[in-house]
Amino acid sequence: MKLKEIAEILSLKPLTPAEGPDLEREVSGAYVGDLLSDVMANSEDGNIWITLQTHVNIVAVATLKNLSAIVIVNGRMPESDTLDRAVSEDIPILLTGKSAFETAGKLYRILNARNLQG
Amino acid sequence: MKIDKTYEGSFHIVGGDFSRAGEASTELKTIMLSVGIEDEVVRRVAIATFEAEMNIIIYTPAGILRYSISPGEIRIIAEDMGPGIEDIELAMQKGYSTAPDWVREMGWGAGMGLPNMKKNAG
Amino acid sequence: MRLKEIVITNSRDSEAEIEWACATDLMSDVLYYSRGNSVLITGLAKQQAIRTSDIADIKVVVFTRGKEPDRQTIELSQKKKITLLITPYSMFTACGKLYEEGLRCCPE
Ligand SMILES: Nc1ncnc2c1ncn2[C@@H]1O[C@H](COP(=O)(O)OP(=O)(O)O)[C@@H](O)[C@H]1O
Ligand SMILES: [Mg+2]
Repeated sequence: MKLKEIAEILSLKPLTPAEGPDLEREVSGAYVGDLLSDVMANSEDGNIWITLQTHVNIVAVATLKNLSAIVIVNGRMPESDTLDRAVSEDIPILLTGKSAFETAGKLYRILNARNLQG
Repeated sequence: MKIDKTYEGSFHIVGGDFSRAGEASTELKTIMLSVGIEDEVVRRVAIATFEAEMNIIIYTPAGILRYSISPGEIRIIAEDMGPGIEDIELAMQKGYSTAPDWVREMGWGAGMGLPNMKKNAG
Repeated sequence: MRLKEIVITNSRDSEAEIEWACATDLMSDVLYYSRGNSVLITGLAKQQAIRTSDIADIKVVVFTRGKEPDRQTIELSQKKKITLLITPYSMFTACGKLYEEGLRCCPE
């Protein structure tokens, strides 16, 4: 499923990259969590990552694990160095005012309907 | 508040000691419940105190938490031997945190501690 | 709603009624957003999750991905009368299943 479709259905606000965010990439499934070591250990290639961490290290994790995008929840704004890094690493960051629980709950239904898993 | 006298006390907090992190606030919670403070007030004070306790543990070598529960007011004072906060306005922002990685892996460092204290304090 | 329908439990009291859900690994987030009668779903299978739940009056905690907590964590949950559940599911799947059952996150 394309990141673009997910962003539309969940009304996620894309923050990066600045010019024409690359929302065409495929999402393989989803991962929810705020402990970077867990994300490193358990997330899978192409996962969309739902978190409330805004620290610059989230981009490094997303890059290393080849994640499709980072969704920052609860209306939190990433720090400016996080944004810079996301632009240079080409990792889309999307924002939502909703909680991780609600975002995951809705996405689960959407992905399930397409036989994609978390 | 139904209490008719003042209860005072203090807890010493040792920086870096995660194994006992939260014990002081937990004990204060028990004290508040035992003297008859209503649940919702207890919850608010406990949350604010817990955040202050965690900050002492994370950012300072040591500190002290003092409480005074009196009719009409509960006062919590957190003092520490750390460097202090240079830019309070910045530190008060939701999500602002200088917590190191190991603290984040322990479930802290969301930058919500001071906003939490503000939300729950009078 | 009944959690035992969805998760594996290591505790006696899985009949606890839950009104709201809070899913996070960061404890200040629990303290900021949760309400007393909520369930905490977390990957932080540590004492800190129980301490935080106790402070926030949370009575049910779910550890995700089958993470086995250490003895101190289990003892603390018993002492604080907090029901501790372990689910084999990831946080994403646990949230998805509970959301499907009609559970919603704590209103701000
Ligand atoms: N007691 C303290 N001594 C020194 N600095 C502190 C103290 N408490 C908080 N700070 C600073 O304020 C920032 C924000 O604190 P807080 O809102 O509790 O979030 P967090 O602890 O998650 O970083 C901390 O990251 C730290 O830089
Ligand atoms: Mg703090």
